[in-house]
Amino acid sequence: MNYTYYAGCSLHATGREFDLSARAVCGRLGIGLAEIPDWNCCGASPAHSTSHLLAVALSARNLALAEAQGAGDIVVPCAACYQRLAVARKELGEDPGLREQVARITGRDYAGRAGVRSLLEVLGGLDTEHLKAQVTRPLGGLKAACYYGCLLVRPPAVTGFDDPEDPRSMDDLVRLAGAEPVPWGYKTECCGAAHGVANEPVTLKLVRDILEVARRAGADCLVCACPLCQNNLDARQEHVNRVFGTDFGLPVLYFTQLLGWAFGLSDRDLGLDKLFVKFRPGV
Amino acid sequence: MPRTGVFVCWCGSNIGGVVDCPGLAAEAARLPGVVISVDEKYMCSAPGQNKIIEAVREHRLNRVVVASCSPRLHEETFRKVLARAGLNPYLVEMANIREHCTWVHGPEPERARVKALSLIRRAAAKANRLQPLSGSRIPVTRRCLVIGGGIAGLQAALDVADAGHEVVLVEREPTLGGNMAKLDKTFPTLDCSACINTPKMVSAASHPNIRLYTWAEVESLTGYIGNFEAAIRQKARYVDHEKCTGCGICWEKCPTRVPSEFDAGMGDRKAIYIPFPQAVPNKPVIDREHCRYFKTGKCRICQKLCPTGAVDYEQEEETAVEKVGAVVAATGFSLFDWAGAYGEYGYGKYPDVITGLQFERLVNAAGPTGGKVRRPSDGAVPQTVVFVKCVGSRDEAKGRAYCSRICCMYTAKHALQVLEKVPGARVFVFYMDVRTAGKGYEEFYQRAVREGAVYVRGRVSKIYRDGGRLVVKGADTLLGRPVEVDADLVVLATAVEPAAGAAAVVRLLGVNADQDGFFQEAHPKLRPVETHTGGVFLAGACQAPRDIPDTVAQAGGAAAKVAGLLSRPELVTSPMVSSVNEALCSGCLLCVPVCPYRALEAGVITERINHHPARERVVVKVNTGLCQGCGACNAACRSGAVEVRGFTNEQILAELEALCL
Repeated sequence: MNYTYYAGCSLHATGREFDLSARAVCGRLGIGLAEIPDWNCCGASPAHSTSHLLAVALSARNLALAEAQGAGDIVVPCAACYQRLAVARKELGEDPGLREQVARITGRDYAGRAGVRSLLEVLGGLDTEHLKAQVTRPLGGLKAACYYGCLLVRPPAVTGFDDPEDPRSMDDLVRLAGAEPVPWGYKTECCGAAHGVANEPVTLKLVRDILEVARRAGADCLVCACPLCQNNLDARQEHVNRVFGTDFGLPVLYFTQLLGWAFGLSDRDLGLDKLFVKFRPGV
Repeated sequence: MPRTGVFVCWCGSNIGGVVDCPGLAAEAARLPGVVISVDEKYMCSAPGQNKIIEAVREHRLNRVVVASCSPRLHEETFRKVLARAGLNPYLVEMANIREHCTWVHGPEPERARVKALSLIRRAAAKANRLQPLSGSRIPVTRRCLVIGGGIAGLQAALDVADAGHEVVLVEREPTLGGNMAKLDKTFPTLDCSACINTPKMVSAASHPNIRLYTWAEVESLTGYIGNFEAAIRQKARYVDHEKCTGCGICWEKCPTRVPSEFDAGMGDRKAIYIPFPQAVPNKPVIDREHCRYFKTGKCRICQKLCPTGAVDYEQEEETAVEKVGAVVAATGFSLFDWAGAYGEYGYGKYPDVITGLQFERLVNAAGPTGGKVRRPSDGAVPQTVVFVKCVGSRDEAKGRAYCSRICCMYTAKHALQVLEKVPGARVFVFYMDVRTAGKGYEEFYQRAVREGAVYVRGRVSKIYRDGGRLVVKGADTLLGRPVEVDADLVVLATAVEPAAGAAAVVRLLGVNADQDGFFQEAHPKLRPVETHTGGVFLAGACQAPRDIPDTVAQAGGAAAKVAGLLSRPELVTSPMVSSVNEALCSGCLLCVPVCPYRALEAGVITERINHHPARERVVVKVNTGLCQGCGACNAACRSGAVEVRGFTNEQILAELEALCL
């Protein structure tokens, strides 16, 4: 199975371990990832909040490049990138005028042949026996709170996979890896990453709430699928503890890291050394 | 020779404010066949009507054109005017120069004038060719079928029966009572639902004019106004109600427990059961699907214990045929399946998130908890109860666009009941708007607020379980802040929908449903209890969400309409129906399948042409009781043999000529 791979900017910077672990896990599962040459920004938050056309055009260029590459559907690990590309694909498909306008701007037409899928959707759709066969180091009932964030499964008209209110695909993967997904109420709550600079107190409260609900649900760690969520929940824990007088120490890792760990991949291959709150299952 | 009078109405400024009515009248006077043309401020008023009558007499008019509003509004008025003037009422033709002209062309008065004149020219051309028409008389079976034994059906049945007509009342559940029987107290008076509902159930069952079928469904309805024939399927009860005394031994001893439909899953019943202690009839049925005997062939406990030998596992369903002259649909409502739509409220996986109807069973003294408010998960008395309104109502994304109308009031009632029954309880009500249109309703809501219900204006975005408690996350849009409430019990005010199976009844009766599946009334304001199918009337929540006072009022209205219909031994049908020129009809019968009312069928005539011997020939026949005059057969007829009276080919072509040539 081969896909065109769109990593996006976060996966080359703060979310480098998502890129590492995604490639490592896909490699182990026999999924070929061909990165889009000369890709550009997907247009997440800054672009689409200022210019609709710019946001669509940025994503459309990536879509057109991927389509020209002809290596199959585009797989996107980052939830924000995934959402921008999926929205652009939907809008271009529904509005021929927009498609024409965008093609003039980017100099490339996107016919809609190459689909857009999130990495979670792709891995969640794999044969469970195939996945199980890779598990050499099961997680021994580690309790994991699967955190999907606000963008990955919403709006359902754009994403079209999993349940927008009670998603389960990550829970299923985590269970295959030998961990125990805990039922909890904050799977799709906002983590406030977008406000981290402009309004930090709001972000800190939202992060605190998520960590608090996860801990009360009995979670040993949080598992997520978005570099903004991961960075926000992981890197701010110390700050949250300082402000609220709490003592959180919950590892926040990417679902690919958790899977990779169960597959027996090394910490280094998975970028586990890059986490602020270290992940040491069984310790 | 036609002698036509044209009467141009100003309709105050509706028409007169846009076009020059005296000028129009003067121009109309020059049209062919027109002998007089005048204008009048309000043609429908007494002076206007008298003007027409005087003109008919003075100018010996034999046709009348009224240029005014839509015929839907006043054609009947002017037909009566013609009758008073001594003319056949069908010799009037209306030109709609209001809705079709001045209302829509106000900014362009000159073009409106030209169009108005064209419309009058059309009407005059048709009027010149109108023929006197008279309806046929059909006999009326002076009995009424009422479908549904809830409060709407009970009220309609009792009112019709009290008016002296026989009623056939059909209820598909094992008992009368409907949804109202499940309620505890009723707003705004807080009187007990059972106290006012069960006496009506008993009255209906014992009324000499009411023939009751419970655990039965109407299978088919044929015929037409005044002459319907209903096939009623009596489902097998497996208990002979002639022998049964309702002693209750069978359901006490039955070993099988099943979640009770009547208790909305809050309690259990047995496999042989009456839905609730005051059920009418107070005799049980066996739920074949769950009965141990039917499932395994063993048990027979009820049969062994029955002192009168009433249990009969061999009983089969039966079909009865009833002839009636009128039908009242009173099929009521069910509640929106919120669990399938609202993932943010847990998809129904939290036992302590319940519907308003389930809450009714929890506070009902005859309910599974004996009227103590106990939450389903562990039976604890909830200290904090959150009510969420508009779950599925006013939500086009996940539910229905409309307001369900009863939820604001019953939620206020529930809030009061919690505050009364659980000392120290905290009650929160999340709402979008509080709608309390009704006598004493606003005062009732204010009482709930005064007694301590905290109303929070905003939607609930999520309900999740955190340990043993439910967390309700929402917004207080008046404060502009998100809020969270730790709740022990959450009650959802779910949308009112047409009852399950309503669509089948709509088809059965040949009536229309609106976009939400509710039965369509003939006119939203002026004919609210009638349908477009003659002789079929509506009562209660099958037509739209409504509360008990409105339901009872509407049921009484439907009953009055039925009594009016049944008060006559025969009916005069509309003469504007299809007629067949048998000389032209080739008997191809292409018109038969296109008729939506099943009003056409093959018939045989005997005819003799010149000196040939008489022979028999197939032609189509119209049942004028069924025909609604839609004209589908007219369009389908290849030889022009079928025409709708009042809309003949000749008349319509004359109109087209006057308009287009």
